[in-house]
Amino acid sequence: MKVRAKISDDGITDVRILIRHDMETGLRKEKDGTLVPPHFIQNVMVKHQGRVVLTAQWGAAVSKNPYLNCQFLNGTVGDVVEVSWIDNKGQAESINTNIIV
Amino acid sequence: MNSERRRFLGESGLMLATLGLVSSGFFNRARANSELWDSTAFGAEEIESAIKEIVGVDIFPHADVSIIAPEIAENGAVVPVGVEVAMPNISKIAILCEKNPHPLAALYDLSEGTVANIRTRIKMAETSRVVVIAKSGDKFYSADKLIKVTAGGCGG
Repeated sequence: MKVRAKISDDGITDVRILIRHDMETGLRKEKDGTLVPPHFIQNVMVKHQGRVVLTAQWGAAVSKNPYLNCQFLNGTVGDVVEVSWIDNKGQAESINTNIIV
Repeated sequence: MNSERRRFLGESGLMLATLGLVSSGFFNRARANSELWDSTAFGAEEIESAIKEIVGVDIFPHADVSIIAPEIAENGAVVPVGVEVAMPNISKIAILCEKNPHPLAALYDLSEGTVANIRTRIKMAETSRVVVIAKSGDKFYSADKLIKVTAGGCGG
């Protein structure tokens, strides 16, 4: 997962997130005809200085290697932004980054 | 140290260990899959059912809800969809794709101070209306846009 949090003159912190994940719908078939089971991120959480700014519930229709861009106010350079996700199999990842200019 | 004090310290030690598990996200992980993911809404196969599950009340189409997406998507597996709402107090944004096997694609909860401007990428099975719903205060507003898909992207 890659996260970049950048603040601009208007005081908005722009967060760009790119997660490596297959986001399998459960509808795709292997070459031998068997269905690839569903495997997709269900929950994403974005925190700023420990406070939740955004939570997402995703279905399998979110694209493979999901991209998410969100924005919040009241950030300052150096503040901690934490992004975490969990999928339908219980696999999870979490990353911390600092707000940059 | 007398035995009563030792017992007290033992109990508070257990509580601190539990708090450690909570703050480390352990309980959040266990809960995430049962309480925090709306399986009824995501499992709905008709857009009206999905919307009813999320909203349950009247929705008003409104010009302040904007969908930023291409008219034509070359690749249905990766369609960029952005939502911008020029209204205050947006607490929820939902993105649905009418002709997908399961129309609800994403549901966002926004805290105070979070800008109502979200971008993501979704799969579209075929040319379809994309519907976006935003909650402002306790009312729901919507917008929709037809996106043409030249190569469908749900893998079915």
